[in-house]
Amino acid sequence: MIVTKGLTKRFGPVLAVDHVDLDVREGDRYGFLGPNGSGKTTVIRMLLGLVFATSGEIEVLGRPIPARVREVLPKVGALVEGPSAYGHLSGRVNLALIDAAGRAGARRTRRRRVDEALEQVGLAGIDGRAVRKYSLGMRQRLGLAAALLRAPKLLVLDEPTNGLDPQGIREIRDLLGRLNEAGTTVFLSSHQLAEVEQLCTRVGVVDRGRLVLQAELADLRPVTGRVIVRSPDADRAAAELNGQVASRDGDELVVTGADPAQLNARLVTAGLRVAEIRPERRSLEDLVLELTGPGADRVDRDVVRGSLPEEGAP
Amino acid sequence: MIGVELVKLVRRPRTWASILLLCALPTVVAIFIAVTHIAPAPGQGPALLSAVLSNGTLYPAAALALVLPIFLPIAVSLMAGDAIAGEADSGMLRYLLARPVGRTRLLVAKLISVITYVLGAVVLVAATGYVTGAGLFGTKPLLVTPHGLSASGVATSLSGTPMTPADIAMRTLGAIAFIAVSMLGVAAIALFLSTVTDSSLGAALGALAALITSGVLVALNSAAAVSPYLPTRYWLAWADFFREPILWRNIERGFAIQGIYVLIFLAAGWANFATKDVTS
Repeated sequence: MIVTKGLTKRFGPVLAVDHVDLDVREGDRYGFLGPNGSGKTTVIRMLLGLVFATSGEIEVLGRPIPARVREVLPKVGALVEGPSAYGHLSGRVNLALIDAAGRAGARRTRRRRVDEALEQVGLAGIDGRAVRKYSLGMRQRLGLAAALLRAPKLLVLDEPTNGLDPQGIREIRDLLGRLNEAGTTVFLSSHQLAEVEQLCTRVGVVDRGRLVLQAELADLRPVTGRVIVRSPDADRAAAELNGQVASRDGDELVVTGADPAQLNARLVTAGLRVAEIRPERRSLEDLVLELTGPGADRVDRDVVRGSLPEEGAP
Repeated sequence: MIGVELVKLVRRPRTWASILLLCALPTVVAIFIAVTHIAPAPGQGPALLSAVLSNGTLYPAAALALVLPIFLPIAVSLMAGDAIAGEADSGMLRYLLARPVGRTRLLVAKLISVITYVLGAVVLVAATGYVTGAGLFGTKPLLVTPHGLSASGVATSLSGTPMTPADIAMRTLGAIAFIAVSMLGVAAIALFLSTVTDSSLGAALGALAALITSGVLVALNSAAAVSPYLPTRYWLAWADFFREPILWRNIERGFAIQGIYVLIFLAAGWANFATKDVTS
């Protein structure tokens, strides 16, 4: 669905994207992760032919970009860096204008397409209010509706749940899940790692312009071999398991070299109460934080003394 | 896409506000002249105003003369400067291009929308001028002379030919066409700047700065060498339609220089936009 080879983009002296080799397959729910300023949006813009690559190749739906954008993009729905709309017009008029732009579908069925898209994102009852007066969440839904207008084969969504409340986030997650089951490939970027964990089947992680990881989510979260035990009798349990406890936090113990079932039997036999016992897994958050540096929006004070303001300066 | 742009133009409050302002100025001036009966003396003040007291059907051309120096270029610069930069600023440019709307197609649609605005504004100002002029002033016969117009019976020493209503209409249409083309030159400059920056105000002010510079240089004797190539050099040549015989020389040059400006700046705008990274 999306294949890039050695994709590189330089903005003047800044290397924004550095030899990225993406591989998104048909039917994937692909989570594209990375700190702010790591080059995610630039990659997405290049996939849509908005920004031209300095070097490297892009193929979307099996065709080269930007050479064949006219054939590819009608089958792609996109949400890039937040939704946009003409503020003085209503949501419906905005969608109708977007629908009419470019290679428009038939005018007769436009109204139906707009209604369907609004229905999908939960804006079916929308009135003639100008978009200027919409809440953040409504704008986000309208942006998603615009992306869904022509039943795309590929959805490229940058932060699709931004500005939504927990119910809204779940609705959109369910919607994307349903669309995916119906055959739409979903490529989304997000900071909400927990959300990506729930929705995506595959992830790619970028850091400072480089793709540092690309794998099936299932392969990424292997059990660590350790077991987490929570017990009101943590003191005695720690004594019982002497030597096997890797760390302890209150009534929670991390135990090495044990099978959860056997460990449970052993503790219970010893007369200890077990509130919770489970194999330890690495969370996506741990993994991503391990792989990536701080985002480009964090600006630390330079430690070199000479760059600090001179003392006594006004 | 052209239809989409025209719908956007028509549904935009700014379009109508600016046209309303453009039409209001000549109306206010007409009311003052009609109430006081004090028109600028021939050869002074805005062209043609001196003659309208005698014949109100000249007022469309006079109305255009009133808005031509400042109001009209400002309105045209704002609309054309907003064309691409406004979309970039509102964040819609990326969605239009990802639709996909080809970049050349989008630029052409914007150009047509701007041309529609310019023609619409000029024609509406002229129409307002006709209504107010015919309503407030008389329609006494006029003489047209090599130096311009004069009311018959006022300047009997001048040799002139009387103007028929059809004659006035034809000359006014010529003036309207000339002014519209002059404004297209402004629009092309603003449209080009609109592809350069993401700020529509920046593009509009850039175009106005170019016009003001041109205006200063045209008035400067030491810049006479470049003056024939400046965009505002022949702006006032439309008044030559109201001479007998019509002085075609400056009118032709005015059309030619605007054509050249339109071509150069549209080509530059297209080249820039088609190869630009859209990061807005």
